[in-house]
Amino acid sequence: MIEVKDLFKSFNGQQVLHEVNATFDPGKVNFIIGRSGSGKSVLTKCIVGLFEVSSGSILYDGREFTSMNRGERKAIRQEIGMLFQGSALFDSLTVLENVMFPLTMFGNMSKEEMKERANFCLKRVQLEAAHNKFPSEISGGMQKRVGIARAIAMRPKYLFCDEPNSGLDPQTSIIIDNLIREITVEYDITTVVVSHDMNSVIEIGDNINFVNKGTIWWKGTRNDILKTENQELNDFVYASEFLKQIRHNLG
Amino acid sequence: MQLFYHTGRYFELVFNAFRRPERFSIYWKQIVHEVDKIGVQSVGIISLLSLFMGAVICIQTAANIDSGWIPAYTIGFTVRQTLILEFCPTIIPVIMAGKVGSNIASEIGTMRIKEEIDALDIMGVNSAGYLILPKIVAALFIFPFLVVISMFLGIGAGAVVGELAGVVGYADYEVGIQYDFRPFQVIYAIIKTLVFAFIITSVSAYHGYYTKGGALEVGKSSTQAVVYSIVLIMVTNYIITQLLLV
Repeated sequence: MIEVKDLFKSFNGQQVLHEVNATFDPGKVNFIIGRSGSGKSVLTKCIVGLFEVSSGSILYDGREFTSMNRGERKAIRQEIGMLFQGSALFDSLTVLENVMFPLTMFGNMSKEEMKERANFCLKRVQLEAAHNKFPSEISGGMQKRVGIARAIAMRPKYLFCDEPNSGLDPQTSIIIDNLIREITVEYDITTVVVSHDMNSVIEIGDNINFVNKGTIWWKGTRNDILKTENQELNDFVYASEFLKQIRHNLG
Repeated sequence: MQLFYHTGRYFELVFNAFRRPERFSIYWKQIVHEVDKIGVQSVGIISLLSLFMGAVICIQTAANIDSGWIPAYTIGFTVRQTLILEFCPTIIPVIMAGKVGSNIASEIGTMRIKEEIDALDIMGVNSAGYLILPKIVAALFIFPFLVVISMFLGIGAGAVVGELAGVVGYADYEVGIQYDFRPFQVIYAIIKTLVFAFIITSVSAYHGYYTKGGALEVGKSSTQAVVYSIVLIMVTNYIITQLLLV
């Protein structure tokens, strides 16, 4: 479980996040949604430690992350897997080497064991045939799947996905969504997904946190989100006329 | 204030780069790769430039000596001194700042904007160490070899061109390059080279590492890396010369 308590973050005196409180449960797909510029990416970067918080605390299964030193954080980070918006695969490495990378840096395995584990992860995302290709030789959807394989290579306890469906067609998005959901349940991972994509939210979101004006504006489940009367959230969810019409028709 | 900010951040980055590596074997592989990329792949351009510079210095020196009182071996002496003291240890690194520095800054800068550095950090890898330390170590190792190769080729080219152009014979040239030879001057050249190798790799890596934005900013970082490297080379060149030769 990841807990965020009274988190504040400012940049050059300008407050971007204030009084953020959130809980992300294990075995669940926890969403952070919100408009562009609402602060959801900053919140995620604070949680994973890419940004230092101004005040507040972040707890990974009760372990206070914000007050940890570099070495202690390193141990937590080895329990974190992250899928980036642009996949962030290393261009100079093949697909297999990309997945093996965290294992070669931190794993205590022989080369054969590492290969076996990397191949298992690639098989899990149905990409074992692409192991010798370079990231530039595979499609965006495949790159995302390699990103997921790399993220789960170290058997993480926490998985972060930053806009996992950006730039993907609806069918590939569903494949990625299902993969995230299956992996979360299968390995009992605490998964945090940052997204704008309401299809994903409705499809796989267990807990949803709506970030607005730098704080958690609304919390609930995917069923709650469809029925909410919260004006800001409705404006976000039913942004298009098409969706507004559907809601109207559904009553 | 900006100067202090960048200086502090630069030293912080260099300090992080020198932290204990996660896996020595991985860093070793990276170092070997960088030696090839930074050094071996630069031998061609360095050789070509050194040959022509040696030839030009020989002809220019000869052209400026009209007095019969000045012995012919002065040409060999001047070529040697120019190459060992200044051309090879300073101008070659300036050229390398353009070739290698821009490459380092754009490579690391692209990794930054594509979130690859964030990926390393989140995995718990010391990104500064993994990306920058092998480049610094490789440059410190290979630059002296490049400079020594440059010295030999430049002096050799001067001899050949002096003979072919009829401005100085081999015998006089040989006397010149041996005249009043002080081995410390080679040591001075190597010291300068090592300092410049460190400046080129670390300053270029700094500009790449803190790139923000997109492709335009990567280009900007690359240009800044070359400009700042060259300026720092010139300033430290003066300081080292003042300290070691005066």
